[in-house]
Amino acid sequence: MAASVLKAGVSFGSSQWMSGSKSIEVQKPGKPQRASFSIRASAAYADELVQTAKTVASPGRGILAVDESNATCGKRLASIGLENNETNRQAYRQLLLTTPGLGQYISGAILFEETLYQSTTDGKKFVDAMREGNIMPGIKVDKGLVPLPGSNNESWCQGLDGLASRSAEYYKQGARFAKWRTVVSIPNGPSELAVKEAAWGLARYAAISQDNGLVPIVEPEILLDGDHSIDRSLEVAEKVWAEVFFYLAQNNVLFEGILLKPSMVTPGAEHKERASPQQVAEYTLKMLKRRVPPAVPGIMFLSGGQSEVEATLNLNAMNQSPNPWHVSFSYARALQNTCLKTWKGLPENVEAAQVALIKRARANSLAQLGKYSAENESDDAKAGMFVKGYTY
Amino acid sequence: MSAYLGKYTDELIKTAKYIATPGKGILAADESTGTIGKRLASINVENVEANRQALRELLFTAPGALPCISGVILFEETLYQKTASGKPFVEVLQEGGVVPGIKVDKGTVDLAGTNGETTTQGHDGLAARCQQYYKAGARFAKWRAVLKIGPTEPSELAIQQNAHGLARYAIICQENGLVPIVEPEVLTDGPHDIKKCAEVTERVIAACYKALNDHHVLLEGTLLKPNMVTPGSDGPKVSPEVIAEYTVTALQRTVPVAVPGIVFLSGGQSEEEATKNLNAMNKLNTIKPWTLSFSFGRALQQSTLKTWAGKKENVGAAQKAFLVRCKANSEATLGKYGGDAGVGLATESLHVKDYKY
Repeated sequence: MAASVLKAGVSFGSSQWMSGSKSIEVQKPGKPQRASFSIRASAAYADELVQTAKTVASPGRGILAVDESNATCGKRLASIGLENNETNRQAYRQLLLTTPGLGQYISGAILFEETLYQSTTDGKKFVDAMREGNIMPGIKVDKGLVPLPGSNNESWCQGLDGLASRSAEYYKQGARFAKWRTVVSIPNGPSELAVKEAAWGLARYAAISQDNGLVPIVEPEILLDGDHSIDRSLEVAEKVWAEVFFYLAQNNVLFEGILLKPSMVTPGAEHKERASPQQVAEYTLKMLKRRVPPAVPGIMFLSGGQSEVEATLNLNAMNQSPNPWHVSFSYARALQNTCLKTWKGLPENVEAAQVALIKRARANSLAQLGKYSAENESDDAKAGMFVKGYTY
Repeated sequence: MSAYLGKYTDELIKTAKYIATPGKGILAADESTGTIGKRLASINVENVEANRQALRELLFTAPGALPCISGVILFEETLYQKTASGKPFVEVLQEGGVVPGIKVDKGTVDLAGTNGETTTQGHDGLAARCQQYYKAGARFAKWRAVLKIGPTEPSELAIQQNAHGLARYAIICQENGLVPIVEPEVLTDGPHDIKKCAEVTERVIAACYKALNDHHVLLEGTLLKPNMVTPGSDGPKVSPEVIAEYTVTALQRTVPVAVPGIVFLSGGQSEEEATKNLNAMNKLNTIKPWTLSFSFGRALQQSTLKTWAGKKENVGAAQKAFLVRCKANSEATLGKYGGDAGVGLATESLHVKDYKY
């Protein structure tokens, strides 16, 4: 809007003010200056964005999220008794990203900034290793959640400042998709303000990403925290996604070049009744059909505290009949948990840990195709990973 | 509540799905008394109730036509009319497997401060009227919002006003048992190219669904009646395949999958043009999770009207002409139209500049 209100030629540069040679032209009433219409934010990169999105949303594949911030990665390492330093973070990510055959089930991996610029111990850039393994590099671009003033103790997501140039740099380094995670809390409302801010922030980030060649993953996570019913979840999810798509459209985002990362529609973690995978699938698909235009190529669900097996079962239930969009996964904990515990930081465990990762990746690949069965899953894989008040 | 859940939920979903049956479409026969007068005048027929009744009877009893039709939109007068032998039109339609529908808007009025843009009236007393129409046998409704393309149009005000007007109408209908057809028509008038029409159509439809969602409308119990995406009436012409591509892309970007059917208006297209464009859309090899069908007024009736010319002895021939168009469009919804109905009157453009409905 701002660009169209200022007429070309008007400037606040000191020379013009000083010389008084130009004054701001007052808009005459009844003569709107606004240019009629939209140029897609993505114009320069349109074809590549569409291609990237399609590749990430390919049948039988999903996303491995390894974009934990250093602090969060520290928690993971601490859980297996490892110090949080760059070497350990690099070792862990190397284990994950160079797992042989991973690209058969994983189409893309979301990285944290540090990792995007790291290399394997053999000196090969992670992005190159990933490409060779048929895995598209992605990059987390948001700068985290902070309290939202005037809200009901809710958060908003920062990161728009300088996002354009950062995105351009990430593209140069080899990233082809981006991710921005904002949250919505049902116990705290959510307030209109929080929902609008979440949706607007995502829309602005999406437009900027596309303008710089990155496919934006749009992630408004509706937190699992709370004792609300699945019906309430559905209500909030529909509200949030209506706002998101409205603002995406207003920001002229190219829908064929985005991916979504929604929460599944489930009861809150403290709700008295659990929902079966069939129920989760029914509610989630209902929400998607009511809110997601078919131009969007892929919907990659977050796991948000579900156990590895739960996340897989729910995804499988959603793929029992054809959907107009690719319905898949973008899991962090639900892919990494057993792998991490198997590794324990020891080089001699790397192979076994990679086997564990492949096992989960393959299970979720089957779920994407609607062909997964939960027999032979370990208790570990079934253990819930919900942490109340979890901060990422 | 996320979306309307009341005593009519199941029926609304069922009706909407039925109307969206592939191979069928809607006959828009809801011309107001004033408008039908223009049609009759064009064939030198007096605008009296008997003639209005005769025309509609001609259409509704045309042999073989009803199987191609899933719904007919009626004007209020027609909802209560009968055939010459005394059978209510509503019964004729129901027996023929056709759902009766009813136009419920009260026309457009200018929006002050805009350059000739309009909003649609009709909310007052709408709930009570819907209840009466439901009693009389109607099971779906229609409300036409109008937008135009110009240097500074459509304005944000016009888009928002019309979108919210449609949403309010839609939820009132659903509360009273009628499936609302949501019609945000972007007029073809103008020298703009197809890209411009696409941009505007996408913006308008996106705003409509935002409003429908805000008003808790049950999308599974609605239908959309949009314009096809075409060049302006004075813009550079393109082939049906191009129209099909732009139209379906626009819909893929804006229409949620929960909507069972999209029934296009014909605007000022000739009968043959409208059919060809619909056919091209259904031949496109792309994602189309909703049925793509027709809700044509002029594009189904034009040849029929001219063939009838108000004379009893022409009824048979007129009904045959009507059947030809019905069959052609039915095939077009399946992408199977062979182009054999494109003769004579069917190719006449029906565009009227600045058309007042």
